[in-house]
Amino acid sequence: MAKQKTERVQAAQTSATPAAAGAAAATGGATTVEITVDGRKVQVPAGSTLLQALRGIGIHVPTLCYLEGRTPFGGCRVCVVEVAGRRNLVPSCSEPVQPGMVVSTHSQRVLRGRKTVVELLLANHPEDCLVCERNGNCDLQDLARELGVRERRYRGEKRQARPDLGSPVERDPNKCILCGKCVRVCSEVQGVGAIDFTNRGFRAVVAPALGRTLQEASCVYCGQCVMVCPTGALRERSSLEEVWAAIHDPNRVVVAQVAPAVRVAVDSQFGMPATLESTRRLVAALRQIGFDRVFDTQWSADLTIMEEAHELVERLQAAGAVPGNTDTAGATGPERRPGATGHVGPLPLFTSCSPGWIKYVEHFHPDFLPHLSTCKSPQQMLGAVIKRLYAFEQGINPNRLFVVSIMPCTAKKFEAERPEMQPAGTRDVDAVLTTRELLRMMELAGVSPADQEPMDFDSPLGESTGAGTIFGATGGVAEAALRTAFWMVNGRDLEKVDFPAVRGLEGVKEAVVDLQPGKKGGIQLRCAVVNGLANAGKLLDSIRRGERQYDFVEFMACPGGCIGGGGQPRPANVEELKRRMAGLYALDQESAIRVSHRNPTVVELYRRHLGQPGSEAAHKLLHTRYTARPGLAEQLLAQAQEQ
Amino acid sequence: MANGAQDGSRLVQVQAPAQRFAYLQAAVDDAAAEGQRGEELLIPLLQAVQGKFGYLPAEDLAAVAEILHVPLSRVYGVATFYNQFRLTPVGKHIIRSCTGTACHVKGAQMLRDALQAELGIAPGQTTPDGRFTWELVACLGACGMAPVIMIDDEFHGRLTPQQLPRILRTYSA
Repeated sequence: MAKQKTERVQAAQTSATPAAAGAAAATGGATTVEITVDGRKVQVPAGSTLLQALRGIGIHVPTLCYLEGRTPFGGCRVCVVEVAGRRNLVPSCSEPVQPGMVVSTHSQRVLRGRKTVVELLLANHPEDCLVCERNGNCDLQDLARELGVRERRYRGEKRQARPDLGSPVERDPNKCILCGKCVRVCSEVQGVGAIDFTNRGFRAVVAPALGRTLQEASCVYCGQCVMVCPTGALRERSSLEEVWAAIHDPNRVVVAQVAPAVRVAVDSQFGMPATLESTRRLVAALRQIGFDRVFDTQWSADLTIMEEAHELVERLQAAGAVPGNTDTAGATGPERRPGATGHVGPLPLFTSCSPGWIKYVEHFHPDFLPHLSTCKSPQQMLGAVIKRLYAFEQGINPNRLFVVSIMPCTAKKFEAERPEMQPAGTRDVDAVLTTRELLRMMELAGVSPADQEPMDFDSPLGESTGAGTIFGATGGVAEAALRTAFWMVNGRDLEKVDFPAVRGLEGVKEAVVDLQPGKKGGIQLRCAVVNGLANAGKLLDSIRRGERQYDFVEFMACPGGCIGGGGQPRPANVEELKRRMAGLYALDQESAIRVSHRNPTVVELYRRHLGQPGSEAAHKLLHTRYTARPGLAEQLLAQAQEQ
Repeated sequence: MANGAQDGSRLVQVQAPAQRFAYLQAAVDDAAAEGQRGEELLIPLLQAVQGKFGYLPAEDLAAVAEILHVPLSRVYGVATFYNQFRLTPVGKHIIRSCTGTACHVKGAQMLRDALQAELGIAPGQTTPDGRFTWELVACLGACGMAPVIMIDDEFHGRLTPQQLPRILRTYSA
């Protein structure tokens, strides 16, 4: 059992590679080996690849197709080095270190080889850098500069493929350099396999099956391919134009909401510490850009927790794991929803905040749909509250409101478009911007949060707790839910609200939490926390086979959770993810209130509008439903069946 | 993918129509008997599909993806990588025009122009009546007969454009 966990954790985290494993075996388990690099003898970890070893001793080796922690591809040849005794230049990414190796990392031959590789890539590239979205933030451009490409020595044929536009993730195959990182992320990290190499030679293109679009290909829009793409071949569908248009329209009241993972990424971009004060600078920057109101998605994260923790307790009660009529229930305790019509869903309860995860279940595991929490995500809860309660209370015509959510996510663009999120044909969230788009807005408006005087979020939907903050990291939703579920079951708060067992970047974490300590055996809640959809798929398979039993599982589509979301600034490498994660937990620590059920304005919302968590009114406003979405293969097979 | 067969995730929802794809199951069994398993079966299965239909219908690619538990994009990627696989139906007869050096020198281009005029299609296409599919190939290995075309498994060498209509007429509709 322990072994299995290790394996799964490795699948998400390890940087060990097949080549490296082979090398480890060859060196008989020695921890380091001596190699000579540029005339200097150095000790490097045995079993590592040459690239890892060189980077480990601070030598910059450029790469294009290398993907940290994934199968080496050896496709781009940009990472070549010279190894004494080898006839050809050696791609360092897929070369295991051997004792006694003599390596040159920037000999004339190496530099010439790398430069030629990049020149040949550019020969087929549109070279439309000036109007490219990745201008100034492009790996290919960086390399051309780094290697001193100053003329076009080769001119080749340009690819003339049709771009795949319109869905939240867009493809422009003409800018693709065929590094295959997107293909590997999509299949190895996310277990989706929406795209792969098709055709061969000059006609080769990364594309969905059968010449279809991403929309037809069961893409979940997680955007992890966008994160790893070295050029502008993959990008989010931008909503900047419509947002600017709304801001410039004097009749519109433009409302921003900001997700927790966005602020820590912005902090890191502007070199600010992850503090509540930095967040308040971000608020000021958003006002400076022209947003009329700035609300906090963390507020609705707290609201989500009220509903989701209630749902958890309700499902536990229905399963007989928690007494149905607890004498300890507080004022807003786990009472049955009056006049509840629908049946209570099954255990384990799966979280529903991550729209990439939701679409993944709808496509690939529809038999698990009843396990999903019916709670809308915080983005959609806040949109619904703004359009249908806040507008009413403020006397603003909802049609004048334009709600912009700023998210670390590309799948949120899809979520906001779902028909369920457009009651009576109007969207609860009008536009979704990624963190990257926000940064472009700041650049265009000449606004830097670091230069702003801190300002508070608008009231009342700007008040939040530390529990809402940690939603941005894998494990955070589970932890926040546990903090409030404990209170719902026991009628009192935890003395210590931290659950370290569910924190950290591992792909799968497990914990058994006693929801009612001290009472005859307590209530042993079996939890798991999963990030990355390939990990999710494996866990679902093991649940289906009966190998694993849980009561509550948090799933996040992206590695690391929202901090590693597909809408975040690049690069989102492990160090950066750790920085963002540490930032979120620091903000949680700094918060005066750290449990969702003590958020005063959330409590007020229940008192004035919704009654209890799980009430009819709450269900109408804050809950949703899911649809099985057969993939392309299933659709084709269904057609064959009809014939 | 070695454990693909056990995680019934997709097969729960999709039962490949039994009779329609029975031939694929037979191909799986044949290949398995030879010790191939998992993704190794991909190419043998694609060959089985093409053996049955002469090309790879989209539904059968989907069935292969479901049976092997690999994404359809992977199946399609392999199908488009190899020249041996076709994605569109082929005509009753396949014409292969040699584009090798010897044929080129001996006037292969004139033969191609004549074929194009006679068939009314471009290389790679199939006549609307489904009679002929026309392809260009790098070399047929019959340089001594240049310029040469091949129809089904018969060679026609030292051809002139004038001979083409008569030869084509010998292949039934």
